[in-house]
Amino acid sequence: MRDGLDKISIIVWKDLLTEIRTKELFVGMFIFAVLTIITFNFAFDMTGTGKAASGAGAMWVAFNFAGFLGLGRSISLERDKGSFDGLLLCPVDRGTIFLGKFIGNLLFITLVELISVPIFAALFDLDVFQPLLLLALFLGTLGFAAVGTLLAVMAASTRSREVLLPVLMFPILLPVVIASVRATTLILTRQTNDLSAWLNLLGAYDVLFLAISYAVFDRVVEE
Amino acid sequence: MIVKGKSSWASGVGLWLGLLTAITMAIGMYLGLVWAPTDAIQGNDQRIFYIHVPMAWVAFLAFGVVFLAGIMYLWKRALVWDQIARSSAEIGLVFTTLVLVSGSFWGRPIWGTWWTWDARLTTTLLLWFIFLGYFMIRAYAGDRGRAATYSAVIGILGFCDVPIIYESVNWWRTLHPQSVINITSAHMPGQMVLALMVCLLAFTLFYGYLMIQKFGIERMKDQLIDYQYALSEREAEGVTTA
Amino acid sequence: MNVSPRASQLLASDGEAVPAPRVPRVKISKLSKRYERRGVLRSIDLELYPGERVALLGANGAGKTTLLRILATLSRPTSGTVSIAGHLTHKAAQAVRAQVGVVAHQPYLYEDLTAEENLRFFARMYSVSDERSRIDEILFMVGLISRRDDRVGTFSRGMQQRLAIGRAILHKPALLLLDEPDSGLDREGARVLERILGYQRTTEGTVLMTTHDLRFGLSTADRVLLLENGKIVLDAPAPTLDEDELDERLSRR
Repeated sequence: MRDGLDKISIIVWKDLLTEIRTKELFVGMFIFAVLTIITFNFAFDMTGTGKAASGAGAMWVAFNFAGFLGLGRSISLERDKGSFDGLLLCPVDRGTIFLGKFIGNLLFITLVELISVPIFAALFDLDVFQPLLLLALFLGTLGFAAVGTLLAVMAASTRSREVLLPVLMFPILLPVVIASVRATTLILTRQTNDLSAWLNLLGAYDVLFLAISYAVFDRVVEE
Repeated sequence: MIVKGKSSWASGVGLWLGLLTAITMAIGMYLGLVWAPTDAIQGNDQRIFYIHVPMAWVAFLAFGVVFLAGIMYLWKRALVWDQIARSSAEIGLVFTTLVLVSGSFWGRPIWGTWWTWDARLTTTLLLWFIFLGYFMIRAYAGDRGRAATYSAVIGILGFCDVPIIYESVNWWRTLHPQSVINITSAHMPGQMVLALMVCLLAFTLFYGYLMIQKFGIERMKDQLIDYQYALSEREAEGVTTA
Repeated sequence: MNVSPRASQLLASDGEAVPAPRVPRVKISKLSKRYERRGVLRSIDLELYPGERVALLGANGAGKTTLLRILATLSRPTSGTVSIAGHLTHKAAQAVRAQVGVVAHQPYLYEDLTAEENLRFFARMYSVSDERSRIDEILFMVGLISRRDDRVGTFSRGMQQRLAIGRAILHKPALLLLDEPDSGLDREGARVLERILGYQRTTEGTVLMTTHDLRFGLSTADRVLLLENGKIVLDAPAPTLDEDELDERLSRR
């Protein structure tokens, strides 16, 4: 158990260190998220009474798109240079490797979100400084990162990988996205009575998706 | 290498099943489209219900089979499970398409529109996209082992969304007629329930019949690849011992 | 002819010394690998022993890399069994991986990390004891001590290969697999390789390498295997082979 945690942390350390040095993923994802939100501003009514709902929806769409970008790229980089094989050569349980990559992806996407949210708040006057929002962000991103890490590895070994990843992920993750958006809308408008139902749903899906992704990763990387 | 023709077992069962399906379907259609009482509010337009609902049931059944067969494939690595899964997925995709189309035809006179972003319609569309993703990853995956593994994963993950599709109507309280199949509280008169039950049976038998046919075809496709392999091995043998 | 120098000797009843039966380090039994319509490896039986240096020759597409990948547990056989250092690959893959080191075309290195960080990562992943000193030892062995804090991306191809070799033996593997190690090596790298191969020998490690360069193969290895159409058609000690004959045989394909 402790050995597993040790291996997970070294994998996360390696990915974080690489990202700190190159800033490749982070900058790309961040700019993409902000640009998406700004585009939404022209597409929808981001002022007035509906703005919490529109804002929540726009936010999560922006985060998802940025997430696809980050996931796809991080896996492509490893596969193209063959370093993924180097990982698989190690005497480490594949589930552990999955957890290491998953946590790394979770951290990246969450970081982009945390920096983007205040910017959205400023642009559209949304009431974001609530601890509950952090919870919603975390829960919403967790399911996304779990399925995303798994599917990114799958898509990376196919042709047309950049297109395939969102096409596969969107339908599967829709319940998570819907619940995230609803929860976020409720939080932004401070209507917390129905909130626990949505958060519970999110939590349930997170556990389910994480467990499934962890369990099948071994078979997915097999040759 | 033993040359296998189409399994006679499957042919026999298939024939009987086909017959049974045709009979039950005929009865069901009569009951639903002619015999059952006319709906008070919707009139005869409501009768499409006897086709629409059973097809939705088959779509879910098909997906359930994809889910289970996918798990079995990942566990046992035997191609037969993948043959079952992809056969069911194809049938499921077709039926989901029909559900969306029949739902649309039903909705038009009732709701006045061909499409609406109603919860159940939207989530059924979602199911359609998951089936699509299933076939997309198969197409792009390369060799058949990978295709089988990757699509099994999609099937398993996608199946987790089924409860959402089913419960969506209750959670979002929308246009869609409330779940009518409540065993404890039947909103419908007994005759309608009977007609529906027969149609459900008929379509389930139909699914079974289609599965046998499709599975047979998929199995033969894999056998063909095996023959090609055996052939190339013979050739290679000839070369080495020459 | 290579019998392990440390092979113990039994005394038979009449006082004559008899070498003890050697336990193979690698035992491959009826190994086949198939890609849908095409067979790549066809029922291969092979045994490799501790301390041996084996060269695997064969034309392109003969299956050399596939065989190496299966030994490295990156690929699963379609049928047959592989046992390395007493562990079956399909039952104890992780135990096998701890005993195998691989040097391939790709260096398996992270370009944005320094040489030391790369080694630290893999030392941790392989649960190497005495991490610090082992890393120093490796860096010294491959002649990259002075570049330990430089990013691998700044290394030349030869230097990357050297570090890759160092990475492969970090955990003192019982089996070292090298896929065309002679390509991409600079002069210093060739020296490093010879040093490492010698080191493997003294620690009873087994070496299996593929190569296109016949001269290199014949001069470096004790035993030569020829893979043709997925089968081992030749298995002989290196000194007994003639380079020109081999060359002709290879180009016949």
